[in-house]
Amino acid sequence: MKYMLLLYGREDAWTSMAGDKQRKLIAAYEAYNEAMKAEGVFVSSGRLETHDKAMHVSGMSGKLQVLDGPYVDSLEQLGGYYVIDVADREAALLWAKRCPSTEGGTVEVRPFFGGG
Amino acid sequence: MSSCPAFCEIDRLARESYGKLLAIVVKRTRDFSASEEALAEALASAIEIWPRTGVPVSPEGWIVAAAYRRSVDRARRSMRQDKVTAELAYLGDELAAMPEEMQIPDERLAMLFMCAHPKIDASARAPLMLQVVLGLTADRIAAAFLVSPQSMAQRLVRAKRSVRGAREIITIPSKAQFRERLDSVLTAVYTAFRAASDEISAEDIADPGDDLATEAIFLARAIVSLLPRQPEALGLLSLLLFSYARRRARKNQRGQFVPFMDQDPREWDLNLIREAERLLLAASDFGTVGRYQLEAAIQSAHTAGRFNGATDWQAIIDLYDRLYKLTRSPVVAVNLCAAIANVRGAEVALKLLDEMAEGPKLHGYQPYWATRAHLLERANHWPEAKFAYQRAIGLAADPSVRNFLLVRCESISRWHGLT
Repeated sequence: MKYMLLLYGREDAWTSMAGDKQRKLIAAYEAYNEAMKAEGVFVSSGRLETHDKAMHVSGMSGKLQVLDGPYVDSLEQLGGYYVIDVADREAALLWAKRCPSTEGGTVEVRPFFGGG
Repeated sequence: MSSCPAFCEIDRLARESYGKLLAIVVKRTRDFSASEEALAEALASAIEIWPRTGVPVSPEGWIVAAAYRRSVDRARRSMRQDKVTAELAYLGDELAAMPEEMQIPDERLAMLFMCAHPKIDASARAPLMLQVVLGLTADRIAAAFLVSPQSMAQRLVRAKRSVRGAREIITIPSKAQFRERLDSVLTAVYTAFRAASDEISAEDIADPGDDLATEAIFLARAIVSLLPRQPEALGLLSLLLFSYARRRARKNQRGQFVPFMDQDPREWDLNLIREAERLLLAASDFGTVGRYQLEAAIQSAHTAGRFNGATDWQAIIDLYDRLYKLTRSPVVAVNLCAAIANVRGAEVALKLLDEMAEGPKLHGYQPYWATRAHLLERANHWPEAKFAYQRAIGLAADPSVRNFLLVRCESISRWHGLT
C-alpha cells in the first residue's frame, strides 16, 4: 500500500538553526532515506522551497485567479514529502515516527486513494 | 458540614480502588463496557449525594450497590420485558440482599487474569489492564504506546467485546492454565512499562516522556502482594525497579540520552535498587528461574559493576546465554553479542552477530544496527562502523537515541577522515 508522508514544520526553525545542527539534520535525513531504500519501501521524495516562493491558482470564486503565497497560510508549512510503499498502516506510522522532522515538526500520514 | 471529606473520599476511591470496584461489577454483569459506565455513574452520583449526606459507613459498598443498581436499570431498559433473563432477576435479588456495609473483596488479580485471556488480542492486554485496573483513559494509554487515540479506543472496545458474557469472567484460572496465564499477565505489565521504547538496549530500558512506568510498577506491586510466592512476579518487579531507579540518570540536563555506561551512579535511586535486590533474592529462594529473574539478575550484575568499578562480564554473558536459550528473542541475541565483546573482543562478537543475523530477520531492526555500529567502532572498522551508524540513525524512532547516534557517527567521521 502506498502512503504519502507530508512533512510540516516551521521554516524559521531551519533558517535560524546553527550550522552544525543543520549538518546533523541533513545527515539524519540521508540516513533515513538510505534506511527506506534498504528496506525496500522508498518510492519517491522531495524537499520544497519555502512558502514565499509559492503561488496558487484558484477557481473557487467562479473565475480563475492567480495569487501569490501558499494556499494555506499557517506557521507550520509543508516542507517536503515522501511516498512509501509498505505492508500496512502500522508500518507507515512507524516510518513517520522515524522521520527526523518529527523533532519539532509534524508528519501527516495519508494513504493513497484505493491503496495506490 | 464541609464537603471536602466527601470529595476527598470519592477522589481516593476513583484513584486507588477503581480496579477493585470495577472487578466486582464486571463479575456480575460480565460486561466491561457496561460496568465501566455504571461505575462512572455511581461515582458521579456520589459526588452529588455525599456532600449532603456525609460519607457512608462503607464507601466502597455504597458505590458498588449504586453501580449494580445502574447496571440493572440499564439492562432492563435495553431488553424487552419478556426477555428479562434469570440472570438479571438474580442480580436484583442479590442487590436487595446486599448490606450497605459489606466488605468488598479484592478481585483485581482475577481481573488481571481476565485481561490476559487468550480470547483477547495480545496487543490489547496491557492497555486493557491499565484501563480496567487503574482507570487510565484511552487517550493517556494511546499517548504512551504511540498510537492514535482512535485506534487505541477501538482496540479496547474490541477486547472488551471479545470477553463479554464469558462464563469464566473474573475468575482465577485453574491450576492447569495458571502458569501460562500468569506469564501473559506479567508480559502485559512488562509491555506497559516499556510502552513505546523498543529501541533501547536491555541495560537502558527506558521511560520515554509521558510514560506508564509508575503505573506498571503499581501493577507489578499489586501482583506481588497478591501472589507473594511466584518467583517470576518477584523477578518482574525487581527488573522494573532496577530500571526505574536509573530514570533520572538516563537524560542529561540538556535532555540528551545518556547510555548506561556513561551514567553517574550517584544519580541512581539507591532505595529502589536495594528493594530490587531484595526481591531478586527472595525470588531465587524458590529455585525456578525464568526470564524476568534472569533479566533482573543482569540488571543487578550491571549495577554492581558500576558501583565496584569492575563488571563481571562473564556472569552477564552466562545470564544472557540462558535468557537467549529461553526466549530466542532478537533483542537478547543483540545484547548477548554486545556483552561477549567485553570478554572475547569485538571481532568475535561481530562474527557471532553476523551468524545470528542470518537466522531471524534483523536487517530492519534498529538495535541490531546500533550494536553492530558500536562493535565495528571498537574493532576499528571505521567505514563499516559509519555505515552501520547511519542505518541505526535512519531506523531510530526515538529522537534522543537518534541524536546520540548522530554524535557518535559524526565523531568517527571526523577522527578518521571519512566523508
